[in-house]
Amino acid sequence: MGAVPIFWYLSLSAVLFTLGVAGFVFRRNIITVFMSIELMLNAVNLSFITFSYRWKQVDGHLLAFFVMVVAAAEAAVGLAIILTVYKNRQTLNIDEIDTLKN
Amino acid sequence: MQLWLIPLLPLAGFAINGIFGRRLPKSVINTVAVGSVVLAFAWVVRTLLGLGDLEAAHTEHYFTWIQSGSLNIGWDFSVDRLTAVMLLIVTGIGSLIHIYSIGYMAHEGGYYRFFAYLNLFMFFMLVLVLASNYLLLFVGWEGVGLCSYLLIGFYFDKKFATNAGNKAFIVNRIGDFGFSLAIFYIFKTFGSLDFATVFPRTAGESEAIVTTIGLLLLVGACGKSAQIPLYVWLPDAMAGPTPVSALIHAATMVTAGVYMCARSFPIYIHAPQAMNVIAVIGVATAFMAATIGLAQNDIKKVFAYSTVSQLGYMFLGVGAGAFSAGIYHLMTHAFFKALLFLGSGSVIHALSGEQDMRNMGGLRKKIPWTFATMMCAAVAIAGVPPFSGFFSKDAILVAANHHAPWMFWLGVVTAGMTAFYVFRAMFLTFFGEYRGHEHPHESGPAMLIPLAILAVLSLAGGFIKIPVFLDKFFPTAEVPEDFTLVAISVASGLIGILLAYIMYVLKPGMADAFVSPIKGVYTFVYNKWYVDELYDATVVTPVVEGSRAVLWKGVDAGFIDGIVNGTADVARLIGGELRRIQSGNVRSYATWVLLGSVIVIVAIGFAGGIR
Repeated sequence: MGAVPIFWYLSLSAVLFTLGVAGFVFRRNIITVFMSIELMLNAVNLSFITFSYRWKQVDGHLLAFFVMVVAAAEAAVGLAIILTVYKNRQTLNIDEIDTLKN
Repeated sequence: MQLWLIPLLPLAGFAINGIFGRRLPKSVINTVAVGSVVLAFAWVVRTLLGLGDLEAAHTEHYFTWIQSGSLNIGWDFSVDRLTAVMLLIVTGIGSLIHIYSIGYMAHEGGYYRFFAYLNLFMFFMLVLVLASNYLLLFVGWEGVGLCSYLLIGFYFDKKFATNAGNKAFIVNRIGDFGFSLAIFYIFKTFGSLDFATVFPRTAGESEAIVTTIGLLLLVGACGKSAQIPLYVWLPDAMAGPTPVSALIHAATMVTAGVYMCARSFPIYIHAPQAMNVIAVIGVATAFMAATIGLAQNDIKKVFAYSTVSQLGYMFLGVGAGAFSAGIYHLMTHAFFKALLFLGSGSVIHALSGEQDMRNMGGLRKKIPWTFATMMCAAVAIAGVPPFSGFFSKDAILVAANHHAPWMFWLGVVTAGMTAFYVFRAMFLTFFGEYRGHEHPHESGPAMLIPLAILAVLSLAGGFIKIPVFLDKFFPTAEVPEDFTLVAISVASGLIGILLAYIMYVLKPGMADAFVSPIKGVYTFVYNKWYVDELYDATVVTPVVEGSRAVLWKGVDAGFIDGIVNGTADVARLIGGELRRIQSGNVRSYATWVLLGSVIVIVAIGFAGGIR
């Protein structure tokens, strides 16, 4: 474990986060967008754990657990919304769901 | 001596009738309304008997009302000889008119409302009379003004009645403005508003200050007591029910100005200029109103102008230094003018609402009691000896002669006109042939008994020697008795009666023949000297139009609404631009979030991180 430098962990985290952002912004399927959000959350979690390991402090672990709990709750609510949206609109294309415009 | 009970009784009557009156039967309303006032009268009599000769004022302090810095206003009542006279007049005449109202208002709607207002009026009038400082007097003063407004506009479904109420209220505001200024100035000068504190200090002040205070008080008195230039509201006030005209607009409230000037006599005797102004205004009002009274056809309008004219006499008396004569005339006027109004009310009642004297005539035989009692009042107001008006009017005229002879002569001419227009009204109403279509019927005992009592008072009231009673209260200027002056004024009154008799009974066509060569003068007088039109043109129209053009269209619609609408417009404009961001496209929102986050991170980076 100690053999792998921190740089790698953080780089991985940054790459994952960037992928999440890119998926979030560019993908049209809601579920994909949703998964991208999860990806970003987990990228951040990775950073937390890394820093926690680096500074030998438990705070990072703590926050990671918080993020997981929030992510779980968010997944439950989000999937429910997605189901409802699909029932009402028969589509998962995010560009077609724009009732709130103007 | 429990002076507080005197005004509190009518107030209780007002509370009971005002709150529960809608559900109470008429008999209960009558008992409460009349009972409270009669009890107040009884309590006044009892109190005065208990207080002895009243050489010094009897003051009662109940509680401190306002305590602020050096301003200390107590809720204090006091009784001295002047107050005693006023209390007896107000509660006595008030009781009679309340009894009369039972009969007069029997068929009217809003029965409980009428009596509640009437009781409330009695409360405020008694506070006004009993007050021992200017502010408390002002409370009563404004309160009676309010009740006057409410009762003039009693028939609120009639436009002219509500207009008349508004007119009375607004014109009185002008007078009250002067009165308020006077109160402020009194406090500034003397450091107190208590009569007992202010009056002894008047001698030490410069004449200019005292004169200013006196003139400002006079402005208030002119409003309340319907003197030139603020008299215009009183004739219109006849739109109210007739008992109201009798009680408020003849016997009591309109005399409040005279009372207030007489009460403030220590101020006036140190301000001879102010007194002269009072006398001039008084005699001018007396003369002018009498001329207008000559040509009116509405029976109540005749007596309304007569009231203005007689109030002018009272001011003449006060202004000429004969304060006690002014109060004397106040009392006798309360008797005979209340009687004239109540009598005319009985006539109007008999004719089911007819007020135009051209549609009356010959009522002498049909309503004999009303005729007989009104005749008593007519001879009293005409100054026929030895009836009440003779004594008080002559006391005033003799004092006026002492003050300035031209005032005496104008007063004598006015006395002749007074006799003429009152008897013209009497002859037109009661003599000749009946010209109307209604079937006259005599009023019931509730109306006739007060008439009879007032008739006795009108005839014999002159023997209640008010000047003797108030001899020590007011400083009396030595006025030599002059029999010639008395004879002149009596002769003037008798000539007036005789002329009226010739013109309206012996040769009924003569009045028209007399008028036709002086058509211009007649029209001028008939139209009340065009004073209403003059005020409309010079005051009312500019104020209304100015309010419309500048205050409404300019300030309110332009400026204030402009600010409010402008705020809304700016918000709408900004919102309209920001609306474009709200595209409904989730990916664009995501882009905005991303952009924002990047900007925040970059900004933190430039700022050197979070510390």
